[in-house]
Amino acid sequence: MADLGVPNLADRLAAATPETIAKPIRGLSDRALAWLFIAPSIVLLLAINIFPLIWTIYLSFTNYRANRPNAPIKGVGIDNYVSILTDADVWQPMQATAHFVLWTILIETVLGFGLAFLIDRKFRGHGLWTTIILIPMMLSPAVVGNFWKFIYQPQTGLFNYLIGMLTGQSASSFEMIGSVRLAPWSIIIVDVWMWTPYVVLICLAGLRSIPDYIYEAAEVDRASKWRQFWTITLPMALPFIMLAVLFRGIENFKMFDMVNLLTSGGPGSTTEVASITLKREAFESWRTGYSSAFAIILFVTVFGLANIYVKALNQVKSR
Amino acid sequence: MRKFLAVSAFAIAAAAGIAASSAASATTLTLCWAAWDPANALVELSKDFTAKSGIDMKFEFVPWTNYADRFLNELNSHSKLCDLIIGDSQWVGGSAENGHYVKLNDFFDKEGIKMSDFVDATVVGYSEWPKNSPNYWALPAMADAVGWTYRKDWFSKPELQAEFKQKYGHDLAPPKTYEELMQIGKFFQGRNVDGKTVYGAYIFTERGSEGITMGVTNVLYDYGFEYDNPKKPYQMEGFVNSDGAVKGLEFYKELYKCCTAPGMTNAYMTEGLDAFKSGQVAMQMNWFAFFPGLFKDPNVGGDKIGFFPNPAVGKTQFSQLGGQGISVVSYSEHRAEALQYIKWFANPAVQQKWWDIGGYSALKAVVEAPGFPKSAPFAPDFLKTMGFVKDFWAEPSYAQLLLAMQKRVHDYVVADKGTAKEALDLIVKDWTKVFKDDGKI
Repeated sequence: MADLGVPNLADRLAAATPETIAKPIRGLSDRALAWLFIAPSIVLLLAINIFPLIWTIYLSFTNYRANRPNAPIKGVGIDNYVSILTDADVWQPMQATAHFVLWTILIETVLGFGLAFLIDRKFRGHGLWTTIILIPMMLSPAVVGNFWKFIYQPQTGLFNYLIGMLTGQSASSFEMIGSVRLAPWSIIIVDVWMWTPYVVLICLAGLRSIPDYIYEAAEVDRASKWRQFWTITLPMALPFIMLAVLFRGIENFKMFDMVNLLTSGGPGSTTEVASITLKREAFESWRTGYSSAFAIILFVTVFGLANIYVKALNQVKSR
Repeated sequence: MRKFLAVSAFAIAAAAGIAASSAASATTLTLCWAAWDPANALVELSKDFTAKSGIDMKFEFVPWTNYADRFLNELNSHSKLCDLIIGDSQWVGGSAENGHYVKLNDFFDKEGIKMSDFVDATVVGYSEWPKNSPNYWALPAMADAVGWTYRKDWFSKPELQAEFKQKYGHDLAPPKTYEELMQIGKFFQGRNVDGKTVYGAYIFTERGSEGITMGVTNVLYDYGFEYDNPKKPYQMEGFVNSDGAVKGLEFYKELYKCCTAPGMTNAYMTEGLDAFKSGQVAMQMNWFAFFPGLFKDPNVGGDKIGFFPNPAVGKTQFSQLGGQGISVVSYSEHRAEALQYIKWFANPAVQQKWWDIGGYSALKAVVEAPGFPKSAPFAPDFLKTMGFVKDFWAEPSYAQLLLAMQKRVHDYVVADKGTAKEALDLIVKDWTKVFKDDGKI
């Protein structure tokens, strides 16, 4: 850096610190100092993210089992990957995950945007309603899983009671989490209930970022509300909606706690999403090598899909 | 003021130092087990050990649904958390082979503790690895098996007795066979008793840990299911999926469909206790360990509750072994004190007290004492049941074997997927793969 007679950052920092510390700092370039400051974060990142990832990749090519530390670790090549990708019992959880992710994203986006659109208007008690709508996402998934288990209880649960009251059926005539047909929907309902507020929040930020003068100009041009919605509101809020979809997609792809507490993957394997299978393989069967390969496949899937999506998002934003 | 602060700080530091040094001088043993009624009894019992030895006891109790996950993680990570562990019977193979448990043979010899003094099934089930070999890794601590409770007050209602006899041609009494059990289940299903709709039976259906396996095996054993060829270990074809086993699995599904309360699709011990205590079911499958608590229950205990062992199929009668042995964890820093606890626990007087306060002793001197059958209303059935128990695999890969059975049985019984034969064939396929990976076949 050219010397303009102004002391650089390192010299200014050295001047403000005790001499013992100042000595090694003095004379460092700004770049070196910047590296010094971010080094702890980088070391931490390497230790808790990058190293485990590399270690997992290594383990995925072995037969390692964490519960048998004395057994020799043998390289198995791509056997774990082949075994996972050709196993029908793995594809079933992948299908359950896809069903869960697609439907939750669709419903949460439509509902979330709709609610955000409604509470964006000024009306009496709008602050209170916004707070009430946001409450579910503030709860712990473990709490939500447990109390929805009670809500879905066929004899005493509120859900069956309400459906029974509305349809005239006996409340215990159907089971949400015990029925193969309804169980996948039972977890979708809970996720929608819990996370739609999150989508609302992001969409609300998007709607509030649209300048009023655009609507005023549209009013002057006598554009109808319908036209304003399709040509101003939706296109301008779209990057935010897409961001919400991205976040929810990633989150739901690795959904574990709520589903595990609500259905344990049952009945049978109906709601066994990929993360439950992964947990069972890793920490119940202790097939560490196999489960590492499964984790890598899931990671690559999410990472790949997210990358494609982010490219699409950037295209929308650049329009 | 400054002087006052300095004096205060010194006093606090000195007090903390004294507390720390006194804490360091006393040994504390941590005992790990599941969180359930017998664990509370053990806390009471262990106060005698502390009084006698001066060794403090700390307890780490985890709910059954997380018990295996949590403690197997502790063992696999060589954690020093548990000095003593009351581990499930199926863990003994893995824990012995992976060096988690201290081998107790020399200690037993030195202290004169004889395994022949304990109920045979518990020694094989909880202590030995390999099975049926004199290699001991645990002292039988909590004998247990599956049994049944029933609503004695409902069974004794004259109008119900008359109606039942007219319908089935025999008395409404604790069932001796599974056929009778289903008749009773159907009889009570949806019936109005004392102004309330009740259901026939409660059976294990839990998916996440071991529930449905621990339930279905009771029926499967009676119908002829074997884990493998008794003459050729690990040969499972024709034994796991024999015609009898298929019938047994079909029976369990029929029982689940005909006679259980709505919503019991993922239910294990706690749900069974809730169902019985709330007056929802006429009969409940559960572990004997819970029966003392149920007998004391103010609403359904006392004269209202009765007990019976697993019914038979023809002359065949088995029950799923539960229970655990107590082991010293090899990573413990207090091994000598932990062994001292085991020596104390093996004492006949302590074992008698263990039974008296709600634990289930496996010591023959306790359970074969003349007064034992009359010591509790469920004692005779417990004693009888311990004579015909069978246990799940205790191989180091037991968890994989269990997961496979949980999945296949739940898929068939609760999720209506495939046939009983297909479910059992898939179990054979899964288990064969596990044993092949282990190099046993």
